Amino acid sequence: MVPTVFFYLFAVVLVFCAAMVVTARNPVHSVLFLIAAFFNAAGLFLIAGAEFLAFILVIVYVGAVAVLFLFVVMMLDVDFAQLRGGFQRYLPVGVAVGVLLLAELVFVMAGWQFHPGMPQLRFAPTPAGVSNTVALGNLIYTKYVLLFQTAGLVLLVAMIGAIVLTLRDRRTSRHQSIAVQVARNADNTMELLDVRLGAGIDMDAILRPKVIEPDGIDDDPLDPPQGGPPHGGHHPAGAHHGPEGR
Amino acid sequence: MSIWDTTAGHVVVVFAEALALLVPLLIMVAYLTYAERKVLAAIQMRRGPNVVGPFGLLQPFADALKMVMKETVIPEGANRALFLLAPMLTFALAMVAWAVIPLNAGWAIADINVGVLYLFGISSLGVYGIIIAGWASNSKYAFLGAMRSAAQMVSYEVSMGFVIVSVLLVAGSLNLTAIVEAQKTVWFCVPLFPMFIVFFISTLAETNRTPFDLPEGESELVAGFMVEYSSMSYALFFLGEYANMILMSGITTILFLGGWMGPFNILPVLGPLWFVLKVCFLLFVFIWVRGTFPRYRYDQLMRLGWKVFLPASLVWLVITAGVLLATGTLPTPA
Repeated sequence: MVPTVFFYLFAVVLVFCAAMVVTARNPVHSVLFLIAAFFNAAGLFLIAGAEFLAFILVIVYVGAVAVLFLFVVMMLDVDFAQLRGGFQRYLPVGVAVGVLLLAELVFVMAGWQFHPGMPQLRFAPTPAGVSNTVALGNLIYTKYVLLFQTAGLVLLVAMIGAIVLTLRDRRTSRHQSIAVQVARNADNTMELLDVRLGAGIDMDAILRPKVIEPDGIDDDPLDPPQGGPPHGGHHPAGAHHGPEGR
Repeated sequence: MSIWDTTAGHVVVVFAEALALLVPLLIMVAYLTYAERKVLAAIQMRRGPNVVGPFGLLQPFADALKMVMKETVIPEGANRALFLLAPMLTFALAMVAWAVIPLNAGWAIADINVGVLYLFGISSLGVYGIIIAGWASNSKYAFLGAMRSAAQMVSYEVSMGFVIVSVLLVAGSLNLTAIVEAQKTVWFCVPLFPMFIVFFISTLAETNRTPFDLPEGESELVAGFMVEYSSMSYALFFLGEYANMILMSGITTILFLGGWMGPFNILPVLGPLWFVLKVCFLLFVFIWVRGTFPRYRYDQLMRLGWKVFLPASLVWLVITAGVLLATGTLPTPA
């Protein structure tokens, strides 16, 4: 009795939310309805006794995928009038894609063959005496391990593809090297100078952070090799500095 | 058949249990704000709140009263419904997660098979309150805070997930009670010590606490995602943040500190008290960290999450599995 009531509650709200995803005017509202739809689907899984799938659905889709969706959609500057504008023009294309998908679904469904014992299996989704997490794990990691690993590889390829497409190391980007920072000490960050009155110093040489070379040689433009009072002006600006943009 | 075995009776019992858990929890939230101010004051050699009531003990209630009396301001151009929904969501999620936390053997309101997944799922939803608040406020500071928060929470969830998986490997169950029972001989914070540290730091990031409180970043974003909030809606965010801290400390206690079991199983009578003590200790560390560390820069935060914690937790996961397999102590499904 109670599960039936909840089934219809989740089912009706799920269908309503799914309809709102495509009809809501504001794309952010669409994504929020999508999230609500995920929740109701998780509720349906719970009623079916598949609590592992229910929580994985919430964790993966609501907790990660939809957050990124929302993230992107919120940052888009969508002009709603323009979005509605081409409705008439694109309608035939949309209908064609829809019909194509429907036809594919029909072909797939027509080819389905049901196992004779299926009606019984439907009422006992997990083997007796085993929680459905264990049952699922046993299937995925033994019988379907090849498919499981293949799916993982496909996702890995997709991930690498996305990284290759978007990652570009700009020459201007500055990276922080924690090791170099930690290796700095007072000697190569601070300089006490005795400046003659009116002589001035080369501020440029002082204010630039000194670069610690990888081979350990401290490249110091303010340290005259043959002693003598340090004063600015003799060192051409930037001549001794390490590569920019570290 | 007594009245408590009927459906209506069950509903009443569950409501009573929820009340018995949530009322002390809310009082704890109130006094956590007080404790935070007192501890920070001690760190900074001040006195902290000491005027309202003895030792300032009534300060949280005075603050609450002030919040309730204030006017709720909804900015023009804000999305009203979502603007009001966001703080409620944050607060409700922090409460809902407590349904599966066992304070003592068999004390969980819902002792479900996949308790860990439930907690992980609920804590991963926390980001919605913040991101919706930032967007619905229609303010650039709030939005920037929300963006930061979304990226931060999603990043740290990944390594938290791997930490949880290594705990599950050792415990051999997704049920929280079973995880605590599995720590009877030794708390998981001993064999899994690096994961314990990674998990604790990740909880700091998940709850947007110092040194990862960039979503609020009061010095550059005014107050981040809650800049437009006032009165009760602000208070709900505030309470939600502190309730989340308590929740995360509770999860850490269950996963790593042996839940309701005392050290070396002494005084098992004190069950729930041990649990609360451990939670209080972790909360003290939360506040201690806040009083001690400066805020991370955003790229450092991302670097720590993706380049340090994620590889470290992955490697540790493989090591854990390898050691368990080699020593033949891998738990088999019941």
